[in-house]
Amino acid sequence: MNATPRLLSGDNPPDLIRLPTMVSLVQDNLLKNLDEYAAAFGWDQWPPAQLSQNRVAADGTRGAGSLYAMGLNYSLTGVFYNKELAAQIGMTEPPKTVAEFDALLAEAKAQGLLPMMVWNATASGGGLAFPLQQLMAAYGPTGPINDWIFQQPDATIDTATNLQATEHLQGWIDSGYFPEDANAIQYTDANARFRGGEGVFIFNGDWENATYDGEMSGNVGFFVFPPLEEGGSLAAMSAPLTFGIAADAPNADCAAFFFNWVATNETAREINVAIGGSNPGGPADLAIPTAAEGSVTNETLAAGGEVAQDNGQMDFIANATGSIFAAGWTPGLQEMVGGRQDAAGLLQAVQAEYEDELGR
Amino acid sequence: MMGSEPHAQVARRRPMRRALRSRRARRPILVGWLFVVPALVMYAIFVLQPLALTVQYSFYDWDGVGPARWVGLSNYSRVFTDPDLLGTIFNSFKLLAFFSVIPVTLGLITASVIHRVTTGRFGSTARAIIFLPQIIPLVAAGIIWGWLLSLPGLINQILKVVGLESVARAWLGDFDTALPSVGMIGIWVLLGFCTVLLQTGMAKINTDLYEAARLDGAGWFAELRAVTIPGIRYEIGVCLTVTAIAALAAFDIVYVSTGGGPGHATAVPGIQIYIEAFLQRRVGLASALAIALVLLVLIVILPIQRLSRGSDR
Repeated sequence: MNATPRLLSGDNPPDLIRLPTMVSLVQDNLLKNLDEYAAAFGWDQWPPAQLSQNRVAADGTRGAGSLYAMGLNYSLTGVFYNKELAAQIGMTEPPKTVAEFDALLAEAKAQGLLPMMVWNATASGGGLAFPLQQLMAAYGPTGPINDWIFQQPDATIDTATNLQATEHLQGWIDSGYFPEDANAIQYTDANARFRGGEGVFIFNGDWENATYDGEMSGNVGFFVFPPLEEGGSLAAMSAPLTFGIAADAPNADCAAFFFNWVATNETAREINVAIGGSNPGGPADLAIPTAAEGSVTNETLAAGGEVAQDNGQMDFIANATGSIFAAGWTPGLQEMVGGRQDAAGLLQAVQAEYEDELGR
Repeated sequence: MMGSEPHAQVARRRPMRRALRSRRARRPILVGWLFVVPALVMYAIFVLQPLALTVQYSFYDWDGVGPARWVGLSNYSRVFTDPDLLGTIFNSFKLLAFFSVIPVTLGLITASVIHRVTTGRFGSTARAIIFLPQIIPLVAAGIIWGWLLSLPGLINQILKVVGLESVARAWLGDFDTALPSVGMIGIWVLLGFCTVLLQTGMAKINTDLYEAARLDGAGWFAELRAVTIPGIRYEIGVCLTVTAIAALAAFDIVYVSTGGGPGHATAVPGIQIYIEAFLQRRVGLASALAIALVLLVLIVILPIQRLSRGSDR
């Protein structure tokens, strides 16, 4: 990540490069504007939500404006569950409301099970941001959350519904629904422990499908986090696997052709689903390939369709700025686990860090 | 009394002689410089120039790629007012106790025990074992200590076996114990270095002094205080210097074991500089913190140097 600007500004810029963040790169003129390719290949006819996260406006806000990157696929997050343990706590179908989910957590705790596995160590970043953002999207609309991520003027994370969501998360922490050593658990450890049967639920994304299918074959399920009220609209963090082309790339046309091929070629799409586990995107009229029978990938792909119907895709609050995750969310969420920060304080601290980073 | 004639002669000859002498003298100096120049050029390019650039960057607001903006001393004023940045400096002073004071004290005790009670094979084996952590890469040590100190890790298992289950916790994930735990890894790494260096110094001390002390009825502690410590003052100074730099400029052990967390509990300047420069891309602020760290190291190291060299050395 720290090498990206150096690579792009060097004498031998890459044709294709994975982009963790893009606004500062666009402002430094390091990325190629893809508008002409979009028109030539017809990407602008695809569902607009696919490309909007990769658009940057002249004022540096994301979400609209010129296209500077493409997603090789589109990940989806939600709640994975251990089917065996879920049956043990009486879950016959995915919860339809946050309250139903709460009841399942309480039942798991009562039976001596760990309700939710999570990672929250500094090395991996605060994984509690996943359930927190899901709660935010349950308590309030996704629009203001995306505005904040896309750095719209005057956007704030410190809203009334976000406060309710953060208080809800704090309630889960205080009830002992997460492991007590959460602050010392790294991403790989959390997933290894979940695969080993520790934790009924884990908030994660479909990039982990292949490993869950491996060790927990047939025993892992997935649902989109439920809304506050039954029948409410669904929402999920969903982000493109973002790649861009260097402004001075020698083979920019080839790189653009590759973007188009990945999204439209039948074999490429099958590989994308089988290996990546995520929706390959592309034109709306192309069928999404299916994964192997019994794979949790089929559940996440179907869930992705439901989220798209509700227009519930959000980017990650962790990606709002280059270091809001490392400097804002992670230390704040760790302090919350350690009992040194409350919900209101967390949101204020993150908002202050956000404004400082953006020079507002 | 000299006549005027020879005096005049001398006066006449002097310029020539001086020229001869200085040419003869200048040649070795020139040759000396020629030998030094390659090293000096490398030193200038890879040490002095980066240092000068860091000083220069510290006066700018710069993201490392785009245009830089002169901001005067505002990066420095932020280093000394931002509680998060200032906190890293406080943490590094706490680490000083673990990385420097404790290893040097324990090293002194260990070395004097080995020196007094053992000679031959057992002594060198003990020294080798104590030195062993020093040859393990710090990153590997950090990862393994991370496992040992985790909630299901060995250290908590041992605590449970001896009935101290209530003490068991995720040592590196707990706000109160994270910094001391990182410090303990530092002790483990640095103790061997101090012990070996101090024992080498002790081996140099004239054994007559010990014999005299023993004849006078000195015990282990009196011997340590009156003979050993004064005899290895210089080695103690080196130990304190090296370990104090390891504490103040700590990066690898902290980065691998806690990454600076939880919260900012183990954030040290080394990690913060890395975050500011490469994640936040605030090169100016990172440079100002780096310069502050250099000054901090000098402030701590210079008195140690002075004490250890002392007047009788």
